[in-house]
Amino acid sequence: MATTQEAKTGGSTLEGLRASSWSSRIAVAIIAALTVLLLVQAVREPGQFTSQLLIGLTNGAIIALIALGYTLVYGIIELINFAHGDNFMIGSFVGVTVLSGTFLGLGFFAPIDASSGAALKVFGVLFALVVAMVVCGLVNVGIERVAYKPLRNSPRLAVLITAIGMSFILQNVGLAWKDASQIPFPSLVSNANILAGVTDEVTFRWKDLFVLAVTVPLLVALSYFIRSTKQGKAMRAVAQDKEAAAMMGINVNRTISVAFLLGGILAGASGVMFGLFNGTTVFDVGLRQGLFAFTAAVLGGIGNLTGAVVGGILIGIIGSMTDQYIGVRWTDIVIFTVLILVLVFRPRGLLGDRSAVQGGGGE
Amino acid sequence: MASPGASLKRFGLPAGLILLALLFPFINEVLGANLMFPVIVVAVYVMLALGLNIVVGFAGLLDLGFVAFYALGAYVVGWFASTHFSGVNFSFLSALPTSGSLPGIHVSFWVLLLAAGAFAAFWGVIIGAPTLRLRGDYLAIVTLGFGEIIPRFFVNGDDIFGYNLTNGTVGIKGIDSPGIPFVPSRGWQQFGTLDLNPWYYTILVLVLVTVFVNIRLRDSRLGRAWIAVREDETAAAAMGVNLVTTKLWAYALGATFGGFAGAFYGAFIKSIFPTSFSFNVSVLILCMVVLGGMGNIYGVILGAIILQGTNFYLLPQINIWVHDIGTALSSPFLANVDIPKYNYFLFGAILVAMMLLRPEGIIPNRQRQEELREGDEDDSATEITGAT
Repeated sequence: MATTQEAKTGGSTLEGLRASSWSSRIAVAIIAALTVLLLVQAVREPGQFTSQLLIGLTNGAIIALIALGYTLVYGIIELINFAHGDNFMIGSFVGVTVLSGTFLGLGFFAPIDASSGAALKVFGVLFALVVAMVVCGLVNVGIERVAYKPLRNSPRLAVLITAIGMSFILQNVGLAWKDASQIPFPSLVSNANILAGVTDEVTFRWKDLFVLAVTVPLLVALSYFIRSTKQGKAMRAVAQDKEAAAMMGINVNRTISVAFLLGGILAGASGVMFGLFNGTTVFDVGLRQGLFAFTAAVLGGIGNLTGAVVGGILIGIIGSMTDQYIGVRWTDIVIFTVLILVLVFRPRGLLGDRSAVQGGGGE
Repeated sequence: MASPGASLKRFGLPAGLILLALLFPFINEVLGANLMFPVIVVAVYVMLALGLNIVVGFAGLLDLGFVAFYALGAYVVGWFASTHFSGVNFSFLSALPTSGSLPGIHVSFWVLLLAAGAFAAFWGVIIGAPTLRLRGDYLAIVTLGFGEIIPRFFVNGDDIFGYNLTNGTVGIKGIDSPGIPFVPSRGWQQFGTLDLNPWYYTILVLVLVTVFVNIRLRDSRLGRAWIAVREDETAAAAMGVNLVTTKLWAYALGATFGGFAGAFYGAFIKSIFPTSFSFNVSVLILCMVVLGGMGNIYGVILGAIILQGTNFYLLPQINIWVHDIGTALSSPFLANVDIPKYNYFLFGAILVAMMLLRPEGIIPNRQRQEELREGDEDDSATEITGAT
């Protein structure tokens, strides 16, 4: 795992070298220095390093699912859906509500928690995931209909301001729903180390496996949808050229709604997993997590689905490495710095799709 | 100027408002309204909103991290007018009579006010310079990134390689009061916490200076360049407007007023915490600008007054009413609901509603109105693709 990761970083730096301006050379030097430092750590304490890498991978998977929502929407209507992170928060709230079995004061079933039977736990988690995915998908579509659709021909900043407004509205819905304190999630997925019998040095918990086991099928399904279904083809067409797509008989409005629906579904799944993985959620988690995911989307190349996944995993790993080797309190600063550096020096991201530099659209 | 009506509108209304503002402390005292403190805070936000208006309203660059400049201004006063750097003992024109013997750095507030503006402007240029070639929405996210990094830096700044730069979440306390030497009144020699008049007149002068500078900027060559850049960058560049310096000036000047406001606020509140400079504040200031009318100085002032008035007066008042209704209906939910807690719901809703219904704000800037409404007609191709 460690070696493939380094190889990946190495590949992108080589690509950067070809562009060969002074800023890219400095960037290459810095990335190389950091990689060497990380490798030194990897050699010194391989167990710890690998464990951190795996945690980063899991966190990255959660971030990647949110990042896909940003990238899907941006790819089609070039809007930074600022409310997306808060939709993710709503997803985690829906998840914890479903698991509690009580909604609006009505008890539907007994809360599913650590003491429930194994079958009930599996059912509970799946049920929470599905409900959250449906709710978040619909919320996202609703937001698009109410807030973004009327502004489709307005200046870009007007829509962005609307999105910020929606973000605060959702945040306060969360605040009214669950109050400002941290909300504990029942620990349904075991914290135990899978590799306990094999090696003591590397930690890979059932939790981590759970996140990957949910994420990978979702990614496969999304990829199938975009590549192979008629609606997916329509999405790609609209992303390329709205007017031409409309002339070919594609319902542009419906396609945009589908993009929001897909983004919301992934955010909902991500929200529930985030809660189960970290054991807690809070009403304003969306801003931080949303910015992380946006960073991931930009890092991979916004509008580019593979890029969002790669970016998500990279951000997860950068975050876990910072946690370990610099300090948890600096993680936010490091990742926001990555966001700024990428936007300023390489706005089309590692894999590149749509240029963010004015006049450089290339389409 | 031609008709007496026009000149009345041009000079009479501002003169009347200034007179009202000058007499406000007496009115407040006669009415026993006890509004000095909230009004001073509102005035701070008026300054912030006017600063942001230069960036968002005049130059059309969305800045989501404006709170950073506010924080920088406040920390300049925190660092150089308190006992924070207790290892040093330095005093310069300080209003404190005992400043020479106190530990820490004690510099005159008036010097620091200028320093805070300059420091904020410096950071405005640092943030602006690399980001200006980005398109509008990416620019907004970069400013948001900076706006998030700077308060977090102040949180973590209590241990920078072991050095305590910002005192972390505890913040900097006991900031010196400003004072004007050589005046007979003791309340003016060192501003106190009981008599708020000196504070009030200080911020009033600052606001008036801000408004004056804003008006002069708007009508200047630079102001016209901002409008040109806002409307069409390519055309402006073709006409010989230097995009980079024009935008940088917008950033720097906007940041300067943010720094002034922060410096005043730090000295007025006397203690600063990194948590008071969150993203929410940036959005609140943005909401003031959007509500009042982007690019319109009077609109922005009105927006700031309305929103802070809502925060300080309307929401607590509604809260009391709802509690009374709840008690009357014996509904425990209504009797205990904490409405001011949800103020950002209102601000979010205002942002959405304004953009959907009246993007030009309450008092529109006519040019801005045309631009924002332009998309309603057909030609929107340039806006959608962002191509220039």
